[in-house]
Amino acid sequence: MSDENRTDDSDVQPVPDPEVDSEQTRTDDDPEDAAAAHSANIARWQDLSEEELEPVQVGERRGMFGATRGQDTSGYGGLVTPTLFPGASPRPYGSYFDEVADALGTALTESVGYHDAVERVVVDRGEMTLFVAREHLLAVARALRDDPALRFEMCMGVSGVHFPGEAGRELHAVHHLISVTHGGRRLRLEVTCPDDDPHVPSVVEVWPGADWHERETWDMFGIVFDGHPALTRILMPDDWPGHPQRKDYPLGGIPVEYKGGTVPPPDERRAYT
Amino acid sequence: MGLEEKLPAGFVLTTLESVVGYMRKASIWPATFGLACCAIEMMAVGTPDYDIARFGMERFSATPRQADLMIVAGRVSQKMAPVVRQVYDQMPNPKWVISMGVCASSGGMFNNYAIVQGVDHIIPVDIYLPGCPPRPEMLLNAIIELHGQIQTAPLGVNRVAAARAAEEAALGATPTSLMAPTHDHLAHLAAPTGKNLLA
Repeated sequence: MSDENRTDDSDVQPVPDPEVDSEQTRTDDDPEDAAAAHSANIARWQDLSEEELEPVQVGERRGMFGATRGQDTSGYGGLVTPTLFPGASPRPYGSYFDEVADALGTALTESVGYHDAVERVVVDRGEMTLFVAREHLLAVARALRDDPALRFEMCMGVSGVHFPGEAGRELHAVHHLISVTHGGRRLRLEVTCPDDDPHVPSVVEVWPGADWHERETWDMFGIVFDGHPALTRILMPDDWPGHPQRKDYPLGGIPVEYKGGTVPPPDERRAYT
Repeated sequence: MGLEEKLPAGFVLTTLESVVGYMRKASIWPATFGLACCAIEMMAVGTPDYDIARFGMERFSATPRQADLMIVAGRVSQKMAPVVRQVYDQMPNPKWVISMGVCASSGGMFNNYAIVQGVDHIIPVDIYLPGCPPRPEMLLNAIIELHGQIQTAPLGVNRVAAARAAEEAALGATPTSLMAPTHDHLAHLAAPTGKNLLA
């Protein structure tokens, strides 16, 4: 299927080509012209290796129907299923995603370099996610906010995810961006960090509204945002130990008393498989 | 008050108790302590349809210094717990507490790390009102029940004796989980077919 979309190797110019794509030749007011002027081929499909296109395993599920203590007679208790997230997407991405990728590539050529900053691009179910290396997050953020072709001026929030099964990339910080100028375009930035070194640069200087979102992510997951003006707990009391929304944090309920017995909280009840 | 402390138990004290009880129950000012969804029902009680003004309680006191009754309406989070205690401590005696709703009474549906499992972990409660949320009529019922308690509350030496008796009873009481169950959970497993399982 991707063979029809293949362009010939001989036409290709590496990005950026200063003859067609420089400050003097870019037309920022017409996105079609800007896109056409790029002839960009960032991460064309033949640049993606087999393993980058493969789905990413972020964890493993053992058994079905929840916990098992060996009384399972259904036979499904020994099932081992990997939890798979989509792998890198090949070009073209579709709708406005190509424009965004091209414009970001151009904007980053002076500073960091697109291929160093963006580890992976995933386009899945009509949404685009850029996996950004944490060292280059601020450069990418500033480019996304300031570049006229990108203009993602709204950061809707910074969320955290904990994947205990993904060694070296346990904690993710997810930034959701919206471009109001370009008619409500959406973009997701995902930054990962290992559990041993849970530091991610803070985007407060780029989007000040992310302040309390980053405090909440620190409170719930333990991701330290370097450069945040006041990173303190916001939902739990100030001296609370632990980070409650991690997968290994217990629910913390107490057994409920009835006449004749108690009912333990949901995570301590008996297994039915 | 100093008078009732000095009176011996007897006719004068009991008369004084009934008079003081009547005065106190008729002039309660509740404190605004709506924390979550139950607060909406507490507001509804203030509307003319359910009318808490029939008791003279329509003046909710924002300052605890002038409040008599703390209606804890809503779930109490771990972060809010010291605030609840501080507001309760700032209320002058005599004071009463209604824990409104299941969250304030026992933690409700939130059996987890973030919610205090019943505000009686923090402050002494006079009336527990279940419901999620309790209807305004149920809150009025709880208030009427509290009025009954206030009317019959002992004073002075009677109060000390009543407190001692209550403590003795609590120390000798059976815990709920060791009480006899209200019905047999496993009877249906051994029941012959046709037995009325809901009996």
